[in-house]
Amino acid sequence: MKKIIKLEGLCCANCAAKIEEGVKKLSGVKEASLSFMTQRLTIEVEDGREDSVVEEARKVAARVEPEAGFRVLR
Amino acid sequence: MTKKQRIMGIRLAVSAILFLAAVVTESKSAWSLLFYLFAYLSAGYDIPLKALRNIRYGQVFDENFLMTVATFGAIAVSALEEAVAVMLFYQVGELFNDYAVNQSRKSIQDLMDINPEYANLLRDGVEEQVDPYEVEVGDTIVIRPGEKVPLDGVVLRGSSSLDTKALTGESMPVEVEVGSNVISGSINLNGVLEVQTTRLFDDSTVAKILELVENASSRKAKAETFITKFARVYTPIVVTLALVLAILPPLILGGGWGTWIYRACSFLVVSCPCALVISVPLSFFGGLGAASKNGILLKGSNYMEAMASLDTVVFDKTGTLTNGRFEVSDVAPVHGAREALLELAALGEYHSNHPIALSVKKAYGKEVDPSRIDQAEEIPGYGIHARIEKDHVWHELYIGNRKLMKQQGITPDTPSAIMGTTLYLADETGYLGAIVISDSIREDVPSALAGLRQQGVRSLVMLTGDREEVGRAVADKLGLDQVFGNLLPGDKVSKVEALLGQKSFGRTLAFVGDGINDAPVLARADIGIAMGGIGSDAAVEAADVVIMDDEPSKIVDTIQIARKTMRIVQQNIVFAIGVKILVLVLVALGYASMWAAVFGDVGVSVLAILNAIRTLSYRRV
Repeated sequence: MKKIIKLEGLCCANCAAKIEEGVKKLSGVKEASLSFMTQRLTIEVEDGREDSVVEEARKVAARVEPEAGFRVLR
Repeated sequence: MTKKQRIMGIRLAVSAILFLAAVVTESKSAWSLLFYLFAYLSAGYDIPLKALRNIRYGQVFDENFLMTVATFGAIAVSALEEAVAVMLFYQVGELFNDYAVNQSRKSIQDLMDINPEYANLLRDGVEEQVDPYEVEVGDTIVIRPGEKVPLDGVVLRGSSSLDTKALTGESMPVEVEVGSNVISGSINLNGVLEVQTTRLFDDSTVAKILELVENASSRKAKAETFITKFARVYTPIVVTLALVLAILPPLILGGGWGTWIYRACSFLVVSCPCALVISVPLSFFGGLGAASKNGILLKGSNYMEAMASLDTVVFDKTGTLTNGRFEVSDVAPVHGAREALLELAALGEYHSNHPIALSVKKAYGKEVDPSRIDQAEEIPGYGIHARIEKDHVWHELYIGNRKLMKQQGITPDTPSAIMGTTLYLADETGYLGAIVISDSIREDVPSALAGLRQQGVRSLVMLTGDREEVGRAVADKLGLDQVFGNLLPGDKVSKVEALLGQKSFGRTLAFVGDGINDAPVLARADIGIAMGGIGSDAAVEAADVVIMDDEPSKIVDTIQIARKTMRIVQQNIVFAIGVKILVLVLVALGYASMWAAVFGDVGVSVLAILNAIRTLSYRRV
């Protein structure tokens, strides 16, 4: 399953890299990519673990860049 | 400018004024201390706070922390002026970065402003404005001049011109009438159209394109990954060096703590890799934007990188190099006008629906009077025999292949064409001439191939399911390097694999097809390029690069955009790393002050971003 999340207000490219790194390390995540320019976080999640992964990703994002929004697109 | 940016702007303006006041009054009064303090706070009071918060979360080496340590250190060795300047310029740089990134985001969004907001659904004669998502397949929608086509469909009533510029980069409007297909995302220019939808919004062209563009930057180029990795090691290394610089020399040389702490703080100022971390993705983003403005969609920055070092381009023949439509390409009468021979052929083929007959009739282009034809009969495997009236005389006309001529005891002196089919005509008086019907080479192809050569593409190859001779004829005409015929779709994959083994090291191979039946080959090549992306889902799905319209020369544009982007990325990497290292060395040796460090951080980052923005503009040369 692919989850796409919009991080609105993401304004530091370094933080983007850190969030990407953090999300990649979460268990249940096969692949993650965060584009600083489009502010889209795309996570390839193992089936059935979508909710927990999205919650964990939300925490990672909040820790690194509390100013950015976190909106699950789908 | 966003509200956040405006507030920051005001803070920085205040800080700058206070800073000037402090510099002016420095030698005269104690006021300057206060001015410095407030200038510092106004510019960056939140930086130490953020640093504290991030340390709580376990992030030590973030830029807030580095700036805090650098400025506090400078204050500690009473370099007040520098401390404030560092903070002020750091924030100016951040504001500028923020603004530049936002602007590019916006300009690309505007570029891809093809998302329809609503659809006028016609239900029982009543029109209702609904979300495009709510429209079902088979519903009727109304599109007025100036509105975007919300869903793909077929025109039921009305005629108009459509502007497809945002989709294809092509500025010529497309004429549509009853029965024409319309593509979502194009803009209706003049007439009112009633359209029956053929797809749900999710499956429509516009949704597919938006999805593709939005996803594009998630596939990162090697240069981007390199920068991320570099950034991860760069900061800790510089910070460690700063620490060493602050402690070791004074211990060894005995004293001079102030000088060395000042230099160490300067190190910290240069330790942020922002210039690279922002400018590289920004460059790729701009390049992708420039490409989509020209009707070229790339599915990732990695393909941008790959396009820049293209070595071999493999083409599918039919539908890519040739039109895939059979047309009369040559008319060679023995006597008289070409038109007269075509007329005879059209008369003879009147009752036939064979593709060859159709192309003859199309080439003739005029209505044929059926009373001029008598007893047309098909001779399977040979051709047609018919009695035809011409100039009030009836003729026994034979149209067909060489075998038919032989049967009639005629040896035509026109050789049969290698490309396509030759129709011979004869009547009771003898041989009349020949008509060649063949697939024609697309108009844009020769210039596209010349352009590819000019861009340093070493090998141009053609694959075709057609007969080898046909393929060779096309290849010779176009000056291709290699051609392989009689290929089944599976053979194409193995041929591409073989070619992948032959290309020069470090360079790439692209396969160009129309997306029909060649999905496996598109996937196997380094870069799969699909032509005519509009309306062909298979192409959009399977390819890495989608050329929205039918122009192969867009491949040349893609290479140029890719090269420009890569050049700018390389310039930024070399420039930013170079300046930073230079500044570090000069600072360590004491030849440069903290002011140079400020340039090494903010100056470099601003210049790199300005350079990166250049990728957005591309003009065909």
